[in-house]
Amino acid sequence: MKKDIVDNNNTESSILEVKDLSVSFHTLAGNINVVRDINFSVDCGETMALVGESGSGKSVTAMSILRLHDEEKMDYSSSSIFFKGHNLLDVDESNIKKVRGSEISMIFQEPMTSLNPTFTVGSQIMEPMIIHKGMSKTAAKKRAIDLMELTGIPEPHYRFDAFPHLLSGGQRQRMMIAMALACEPKLLIADEPTTALDVTVQLQILMLLEKLKKDFSMAVLMITHDLNLVKRFADRVCVMQEGNIVEQGYVEALFAKPQHPYTIKLLNSEPERIIAEGETQALQDKRKLLTGQNLKCYFSSSKGFFKRTKNTVKAVDNIDLYLREGETLGIVGESGSGKSTLGRCLLRLEKCTGEIFFDEKQIDQLTHTALRPLRKEFQIVFQDPYSSLSPRMTIEQIVGEGLLIHFPQLNKDQRREKIKQVLLEVGLEDNILWRYPHEFSGGQRQRIAIARVVILEPKLILLDEPTSALDVSVQKQVLILLRELQERHKISYLFITHDLKVIEAVAHRIMVMKDGKIIETGETEQIFKNPQKTYTQNLLTASLFKNETDEKISA
Amino acid sequence: MATILSNEQLVNLSPSQRAWMRFKNNRRGYFSLWIFVILFLISLFAEVISNDKPLIIQYQQEYFFPLFNDYPETSFGGDFVTMTDYNDPYIIKKITEKGNWAIYPLNNYSYDSINYFAEIPNPARPSEQNFLGTDDRGRDVLARLIYGFRLSVIFALVLTAIGVLIGIIVGSIQGYYVGKVDLVAQRLIEIWSSMPELYLLIIFASIFKPSIALLVVLLSLFGWMGLSDYVRAEFLRGRNLDYVQAARSMGVSNTSIMFKHLLPNSMVPVLTFLPFRISGAILALTSLDYLGLGVPPSTPSLGELLSQGKDNIDAWWLSMTTFSVLVGTLVLLIFIGEALREALDTRRG
Repeated sequence: MKKDIVDNNNTESSILEVKDLSVSFHTLAGNINVVRDINFSVDCGETMALVGESGSGKSVTAMSILRLHDEEKMDYSSSSIFFKGHNLLDVDESNIKKVRGSEISMIFQEPMTSLNPTFTVGSQIMEPMIIHKGMSKTAAKKRAIDLMELTGIPEPHYRFDAFPHLLSGGQRQRMMIAMALACEPKLLIADEPTTALDVTVQLQILMLLEKLKKDFSMAVLMITHDLNLVKRFADRVCVMQEGNIVEQGYVEALFAKPQHPYTIKLLNSEPERIIAEGETQALQDKRKLLTGQNLKCYFSSSKGFFKRTKNTVKAVDNIDLYLREGETLGIVGESGSGKSTLGRCLLRLEKCTGEIFFDEKQIDQLTHTALRPLRKEFQIVFQDPYSSLSPRMTIEQIVGEGLLIHFPQLNKDQRREKIKQVLLEVGLEDNILWRYPHEFSGGQRQRIAIARVVILEPKLILLDEPTSALDVSVQKQVLILLRELQERHKISYLFITHDLKVIEAVAHRIMVMKDGKIIETGETEQIFKNPQKTYTQNLLTASLFKNETDEKISA
Repeated sequence: MATILSNEQLVNLSPSQRAWMRFKNNRRGYFSLWIFVILFLISLFAEVISNDKPLIIQYQQEYFFPLFNDYPETSFGGDFVTMTDYNDPYIIKKITEKGNWAIYPLNNYSYDSINYFAEIPNPARPSEQNFLGTDDRGRDVLARLIYGFRLSVIFALVLTAIGVLIGIIVGSIQGYYVGKVDLVAQRLIEIWSSMPELYLLIIFASIFKPSIALLVVLLSLFGWMGLSDYVRAEFLRGRNLDYVQAARSMGVSNTSIMFKHLLPNSMVPVLTFLPFRISGAILALTSLDYLGLGVPPSTPSLGELLSQGKDNIDAWWLSMTTFSVLVGTLVLLIFIGEALREALDTRRG
């Protein structure tokens, strides 16, 4: 089937043709084949999407096109990548430099780190034009300002001399796009261009890319893990799994009738509501486990030699909330809305003012030593399972650590027995006690992190974006696991996330936060069906890629 | 030579085992480590290799162990009741004739034994008697090199161990508690590190009787500072990582977080600097000895040999041999250090 698509393509119209691309890296464990004999082509003016989960080789493929790998440590074997009829893998280093940035350019996932912090953004946009087109400085500056205007940056004359740290994430990504467009490339490679951005900004950037694609009549190779995004913005799609393209075709056809089991699995992994109807109502008689009143958390930074001018950030600004036994309260908001700070305040991991009652005890005045025995009752699961497990401790040490503190009466064998039980409960094997975190995948690591807190039998778990670092298919499994644990042990969850689809699946009630304040709060169904505030409405449309509101948001 | 493991095997190793694998794959560093360890182990038995006393003597059906006991010359039919000089040709004759025998070490001199029976004036060029010649006081150069190497390495190891210990403790306290503790400690370190180390050494060398212990103390006072900065930086980075937050939210105590969670993950700069710190300490001792501020005069020391080499510029065997030993040691340590740095770099698979 793969062959057909390649052959059927009119080679005249395709700008990029990847033929039998194999990429292997030399490591201690020998050569690891990351991409295996993949074939695809990108036509002029189309958006081709490479979709896959982490480790599927999609970024490696994209980087191979520009030859950005360290070629001493890898091998292309007998692959070829034709761009306008030239095999990019054959040309020498000086010629590939002529292609990079001028014929093919690339934008990266993380706008925070892909701009050089020591140069003004203007000079960074000018650079490719001066190098590739030999433009004079004044001409390049004029063009740069035009491009900044085109990418929707307000007051480009003023921003031209700004340093990257002065811009927001969305603005930086716009700058990256302006830089990528500087030499009017024929092909733009976008490697997860919006993954690091907030949903509303994400939509704006994608719409911008779509518009620019038409204006510049360029092709876009979009690398992403987000199927909704593909559905909305791509013309054709290649689904990658473990270095192979398992299926490719036009977006409508592929989404309507997926052939390969992996594609079907991916399409089915969208989170669905796993809370029974009426459950929310049933919970209303339960007692309140956690209450917070007048919570405030201000961060102030002082400026000047005598520290007089104070700049206060109100991360949590006078918030009241409660959480019932066995309930999931979703706290939703974009980055910087103070949702994580709020969670950390409630668990007394951050200094704040206001009253916090946990299990009818007031805990906001307790000293850290007095709080320590209580810590067993409220636990936290972090976003990134790669950084939340100490890399030099074994699984037994990690999961058992809390037991040493809060269940000192257990002896070594009882402890081990309990660790094994809890590992089985979170869906892991019980023979992994002596292994290290790096041996596990993201989903397994998150299970270990969950095991570490569940073993203490807490009443409340703060889930700080527990699934956003995971692949979609794993995400759903983790959500189901969390739900099972909740039902079995009657745990309450404070579920912090920016992902509305996830929160729709698991939360009984939702709190929408912006700039440290509560915008809207209510039952999940209510808010999703009938949001009252404009901010909530915008958030909903942006995160679900609804078509009908396009004009409104781009305006 | 590069050991290839299957992916499965590789994955099952702990992080430190993986680092050791990477270290072994750097052949130059791996062999340097072996050579250095073997040389050091051999030098620990310097008394058996290079000594002015035989290891064992059989004299008139009786065994003597001069290494452990002192025997007067009269025991072997000599004339004096003083301690035996086993390199005296008269004594050699006595203990080797008529069925008596003695096993001498490979080199017949200890670091302070003077060859009174040399045929040429001191410093004597290499000869059959003294393989690497003698210094200007008639002491055997080879013996002094062997003992000097051992002393330098032990000195460097002790100094490094003390420096690492203090550096880790100070750095981890600073990096973990931050705020005022860090601020005050950092200012104190800045003041302390701006003290003129060499002047202090000269002053102390003239006040106290010079000894190895005094040197260790004085150099340790200053030696920990570079390292504490690195540990502090690692702790500052690590204290905000999720796994530390997780431990804190679980109610783990501060000391436990510091030593169980943060320290193992902060050891990379410490380990990376170890070989370089050891070579630095060897150099420091050598240069102090060279300036005459180091160990007491009779102690075998590479620096003192170098200084003699400078005074007797035509006696090439003094400067050249010492130079080779010194350079050889430092090169080995630097190769080890390079390999270690690469091994601990986790980006290398």
